[in-house]
Amino acid sequence: MPSLKDLKNRIGSVKNTRKITKAMQMVAAAKLRRAQDAAEAARPYADRMAAVMAGLTANAADQAGAPRLLAGTGDDRRHLLVVMTAERGLAGGFNSSIVKLARQHAERLRGEGKEVAILTVGKKGREQLKREYGNLFVHHVDLSEVKRIGYENARQITDELLSRFDGGDFDVATIFYNRFESVISQVPTAKRVIPAEAPAEAPAANSLYDYEPGEEALLAELLPRSVATQIFAALLENAASEQGARMSAMDNATRNAGDMIDRLTTEYNRTRQAAITKELIEIISGAEAL
Amino acid sequence: MADTMQFDLVSPERSLASVPVREVRLPGTDGDLSAMPGHAATIVTLRPGMVILVGADGSQSEFAVTGGFAEINADSVSLLAERGHPREEVTQDVFNDMMRDAHREHRNAQERRDHAGEEFVTAAVKMLGDMQAIGTHIGLDPNQSTVPD
Repeated sequence: MPSLKDLKNRIGSVKNTRKITKAMQMVAAAKLRRAQDAAEAARPYADRMAAVMAGLTANAADQAGAPRLLAGTGDDRRHLLVVMTAERGLAGGFNSSIVKLARQHAERLRGEGKEVAILTVGKKGREQLKREYGNLFVHHVDLSEVKRIGYENARQITDELLSRFDGGDFDVATIFYNRFESVISQVPTAKRVIPAEAPAEAPAANSLYDYEPGEEALLAELLPRSVATQIFAALLENAASEQGARMSAMDNATRNAGDMIDRLTTEYNRTRQAAITKELIEIISGAEAL
Repeated sequence: MADTMQFDLVSPERSLASVPVREVRLPGTDGDLSAMPGHAATIVTLRPGMVILVGADGSQSEFAVTGGFAEINADSVSLLAERGHPREEVTQDVFNDMMRDAHREHRNAQERRDHAGEEFVTAAVKMLGDMQAIGTHIGLDPNQSTVPD
């Protein structure tokens, strides 16, 4: 049975913890807002880019001599997994869910006898994958100094990817990130960026466009940008998801702390009453014995 | 036919402008072109340069863009640029920054000359020249920016 003093200390410490988780929750809520606004603001560009690309790729995909970024290297033996996680933890299952999906992917590919290499973005994913796949790491992008995700960050990652692709390091690149659905739901997602995924259905209207310069030159110019745009969108989704996940994790933690405080307070009061009763019994039995 | 068309200038991070215009003059890669309402549907890549908008009342405004592409329809023009600034906002600092990016790209092109081919380097040199022309047009000094190492 813990003493009254022990209980009091514990209640105090849990109360402090609750203060911290509450503060973290509020900070995450504010950051989530900003992240969502950023994702919203980036949508028009991504949508237009996707629409134009859909029209272009539908025409060009079957032609001989299509750019390698679209048609692929003609092989799918070597895979590069780009695992995008957060720089910080305490965000519930945010980081582990991405890592889990990437791990499943890696295992499946290795089971099929393919070569797998891993490029990590964000510290947390790197830490979790290090033990198992440390020897497969080819590069790491550190975003810990980045306060606000900008297009510049996406471009750096893309440049890295493209120079490796040009150098013949891999055939297929897949990005892993959390798609933001709502504050309580983030969906770990795998998306192939190289070679570009062909659109499900080609919009017929796009064939009416004149292309200047020619279709092929335009495609060569736009494909790298399209990759950068997809990576940028993934980074933004990830940033919003991270804050959403942290917010709900901290909300849970705050509620748990509240429950624990209630329980400990009840126990504290019981112990206090028991002590008083015990003292009374001692006094009364002492008086009767006289 | 309507005498204005919708013009949108969007960067990857946000939308920069969305206004009705009577005419848009674009710096296309293969040469400048004007888009007016009723233009044939065209997708055109841009070189670094000035985009000139002519409003419904004939007023002109200018944007500096560092390349990208434009989607032209009969009733709208959407310009997707990685960087775009209204002319008034292009200070020497902003311009230095743009020049620095251009220099960096130029150097990358030279390093990859063997792999990517001579055309790639030529394109980068052209881009650098276009970028300098923007500065001259606005009245800024293209030689102030430091070449990154």
